[in-house]
Parts: sequence; structure tokens; C-alpha cells
Amino acid sequence: MVGKFRQGLRHHLGIYLFLLPAVGFFLVFSAYPIIYSFVMSFTNWPIVGSPQFVGFHNYSQVLHDPVVGTSLVNALFYLIVSVPIQIILGLLVAIGLDRPMRGRGALRLMYYIPVITSWVVVTLLFEYLFNTDYGIINWILMSLHMSQNAIPWLANRYSALTVAAILGGWKGIGWAMMIFLAGLQGVPDELYESAAIDGAGKWKQFWSVTLPMIRGTFFFVTVMLVMGAFQVFISVFILTGGQPANETQVPLVWMYQQAFSNLEFGYAAAFSWIITAIIIVFTVIQFWVFRPRSVQEV
Amino acid sequence: MHSSKSRKARFLIFGLLALVMVFPFYYMLVLSFTPNESALKYPPQLLPVHLTWSNYVQAWQSNHFQLYFLHSLWVSVVSTVLGTLIACAAAFAISRFRFIGRKLIYVIFLGSMMVPSMTFILPQFKEMEHLHLLNSLNGLLLVYTAGMIPFTTFLMKGFFDDIPKEIEDAVIIDGGGKWTLFWRIMMPMALPSLVTAVLFNFMGGWDDYTLALTFINDPHKWTLPIALQLFQGQHTSAWGMIFAASVIQVLPIIVVFIVFQRHIIRGLMAGAVKG
Repeated sequence: MVGKFRQGLRHHLGIYLFLLPAVGFFLVFSAYPIIYSFVMSFTNWPIVGSPQFVGFHNYSQVLHDPVVGTSLVNALFYLIVSVPIQIILGLLVAIGLDRPMRGRGALRLMYYIPVITSWVVVTLLFEYLFNTDYGIINWILMSLHMSQNAIPWLANRYSALTVAAILGGWKGIGWAMMIFLAGLQGVPDELYESAAIDGAGKWKQFWSVTLPMIRGTFFFVTVMLVMGAFQVFISVFILTGGQPANETQVPLVWMYQQAFSNLEFGYAAAFSWIITAIIIVFTVIQFWVFRPRSVQEV
Repeated sequence: MHSSKSRKARFLIFGLLALVMVFPFYYMLVLSFTPNESALKYPPQLLPVHLTWSNYVQAWQSNHFQLYFLHSLWVSVVSTVLGTLIACAAAFAISRFRFIGRKLIYVIFLGSMMVPSMTFILPQFKEMEHLHLLNSLNGLLLVYTAGMIPFTTFLMKGFFDDIPKEIEDAVIIDGGGKWTLFWRIMMPMALPSLVTAVLFNFMGGWDDYTLALTFINDPHKWTLPIALQLFQGQHTSAWGMIFAASVIQVLPIIVVFIVFQRHIIRGLMAGAVKG
């Protein structure tokens, strides 16, 4: 009995040794900060002196801040522009590059390069491409007579957000493509063959075979992209910093500036929890939209 | 006949679209090899005119660029080695053994991946302040290490799960312990997937902007992405040099990606299917 217990103990100790470093790092740099952040959101952080408990004061300040409203509307705009770009083009490219053909690997890589490039580099690059005076985008638009004069992209709210959203969309197409490619591997060729025998064209096959078969992948991509859209940070931070007059603020940029420029740590912590809550709500909504409905169908 | 025709059309369509996708990089490359003034010309020049290395020389030699390059290399290499090994050990334990708390650890790791990384930054800043790790590259790399553990654990657990149980039994019959099993069998067998984890972890550190911006204020300790952005702020019109510096930052990742393309794409897809 004792021998068996001791053996079990040794067995467990051996296993825990493998886990110890990972759990240690997790406790120090993830779990503790999360609790700390929660406590922080209920306190004020004076520059000197010790923090004081202020109840829901920070939360009510966030909810009454007009910049927060602007930032959330802007995040929605960013989401509505950038997420469809990534889903539609990502899926299109994945379907196009799913079957074998010459140069397939190289083409996949070309779509994937923006994904593996750092945000700072692509943001600086887009800042240049969308420059008012010598940017190539204005040159193209004016050469094609789509615009009369040079557009000051980053000086106005929705044009600046459009630049950020195009950047985010472009950067993410390759990621969506890769996930969709993985999903497409699970679709048996026989299904297409039998659909073709039934006389279904390419378009019909896409709606009746491909889409239903990759429903899970589609859901995963959508959830991840929506989460990502609410967390847009580096591009907007570098492109406009939320300016002019906080019109181009997005949630995380405003949160970051409140903490590190205005030293409102309590406010920023409360705001970060509100953002987390919003993301959770959106994710739950998507679970509801994508809920399996096969019971009636089958 | 028909099929080869449609294949050609497919190649043409997705080839053209791919060219549009990489056009910004082509343009960046051209500008990095042409004198600074031509970046400010209107209409824009799409072809390289006076090819020159001068932007690269200037970028590499000025503004402590080499120092920042070394800093970035140090923080990303050390955190990748630490984080990947630690995560592999944890993934091995979770994948191979039953023990008390197994499910709990796995669920908590997965759950933490759902929390926006920005939520961690404020308390981490205060924590680093208390630990006197602000303005420290080693402090920064510990945060990177911690950040990569949950996802790498999740990814590697998936790969370890696929390694057949019989191999494990053979090791145990031969009298090998958990340690032997981990180093001699599991790690070598998971090598192709390990490439994916290593590259992505490395990229996390190499490309990081936000954490370095937050935890490092001392200009002598900057990393490359921070330096790049601040170069641009200081020399708003020196685009040739900025893009040369950008190419130097981007190139290592792209080269590694091309070299290990097959492994990475397979690893990515396996990870995606399980996700």
C-alpha cells in the first residue's frame, strides 16, 4: 500500500518537473498580472502615494468618456472593412491554390509574406504609399481620374481608418488563406465529383459542398479576425496616434495612451476589461450565429 | 484539354493577384536601392534608376543600428530557446501522462490565449517596475518567453499526441525514463513541427513593437522595430534609408521562411486543423 503510494508520488513528481517551468512563467507573467489588472481597475493610481480603492469609479469614467464611444465606432468601422477583405480574398485564394498546379508553393508564399512581416515595417510602408504629396495611391487615383486632387489620407477620420483597415486586411489575407487551405484538405474529392455528376456548376458546388464542409474553419477564421479587429493597435498608433483631436482613436490606442501618456492606470485597466467583455460578447454572438442547425436539416 | 486551359487561367488570375499583394514589398525594395531624393519624386518612380547601396551602408552604420540589431537578435533567440523548450516539456507531460491537474492546466493555458495581450501590459509594466526589470533586455525576453508558452504548449501537444504509443512502450521496456523518452524520442520525432513553433516564436520577439516600446525607454537598449519607427520620426523624408533598414529587419524572417517552407506550411496547417 505504502509502496504503491510512494510509487505514485514519484510518478507525479517526475511529471510535475516537466510542467514546473511553464507553470512558473505562467503564474508570474500571466496569472498574477491578470489579477493585478483586475484590482487595478478598482483603484486610482496617484503619481505619488499608494493606490486607493475607488469602487466602480474608473468604469463609470470610461463609460462616460466620449473618446471611448468614438474608439468603439472606429473599431467597428475597421472590423467591417478589414474582416470581409480577409475572409473573401483569403477563401478565394485558398480555393484557387488548393488543387495542384505549377508554382502553387511560390504563389502561396507570396500571399503569406505580409503575414510574416512586422507591423512596424508594413505600417511605415503604407504611410509612404498613402502619402498626400508623393504617395503612389494618390498618383494612381489621380491618373485614373478617380480623384480630382491629392487626398490627405491620414488627416481625416474615415480616410485614415480606411488606410488602417486596408493595411490590416492586406496583411491578414495570407493567414486566412492558410487556415482555409487546411480546412479544404478535409473536403473529400468524391463530394465534388458526385455534385458534378448531379449537374452542379462550380458556383453551386461552392455553396452546396465547399461552404458547408468548411463551416468549422469559417467560424474559426471569423472569430479570430473579429477578435483581432477589436485589438488593432500598432498600425493606428503609428499612422495617426488617434489624432487629429482623438477622432481616429481605437480602443487599445486610447487605453495605451491613457496609461502611459496620461498615467491613468486605473482608467486604462478598467477600459481593458470593458474591451475584453466586448470581445467576449461578440464571440458569443458568433457562436450563436454559427450554432449547428443540422438537427432539422438531416 | 479543358482542364489544362482552366489551370492556366487559374494561374494567371491568382498570379496577378499575388503580384498586387507583394507590390508594396517590391516598391520598398526599389526605393531602398535608389537615392533618397527619388523617394520624394512625383510622379513616383516604379523602376530602379540609379542603383546604389548607399542607403544600406548609411542605415547599417548610423544611429546605433548594429547595436539594435544585436539586441533584437539576443532577445528573440534566447526567448525562443527558453520558451520553446519549456513549452515542449509541458506539452510532453500533458500529452503523455495522466496526473492530477492535467485538464486544469490545459484549459487555463487555452483560456489565457483568449485574453487580449494588451490586458496584460499594464500590470506587467507595474510588475516589471517592482522587479527592477524595466529598461532591461533580459526582463523583456522573460516577458516574451512567458508570452509564447501557452500557444507553443498547445501546438506541440497536438504533435506529440500523433506520435504512436507503441514507440513509448519500447523505450520503457528498454528501461528508459521520462527524460530519455522526451529527449531521445519525442523531440526528434516532433522536429518538423518544432520548426514551425521555433520560427513563430522567433518572429514574436523579432517583430515585437508594443512590449519593447513599453518596457524599454533607454535609447541604448532599443530593439530594431522601435528604432525603425523612431528613425522615421527623426528623418521623415529619408525613406530610402528607412526602407533599407526595413529590408534588413524583414529579410531574415523571409529567408528562413522560404528555406523551411514545406515544414512550416505543413506545421501551420496541422496546427490550424486542430485549432
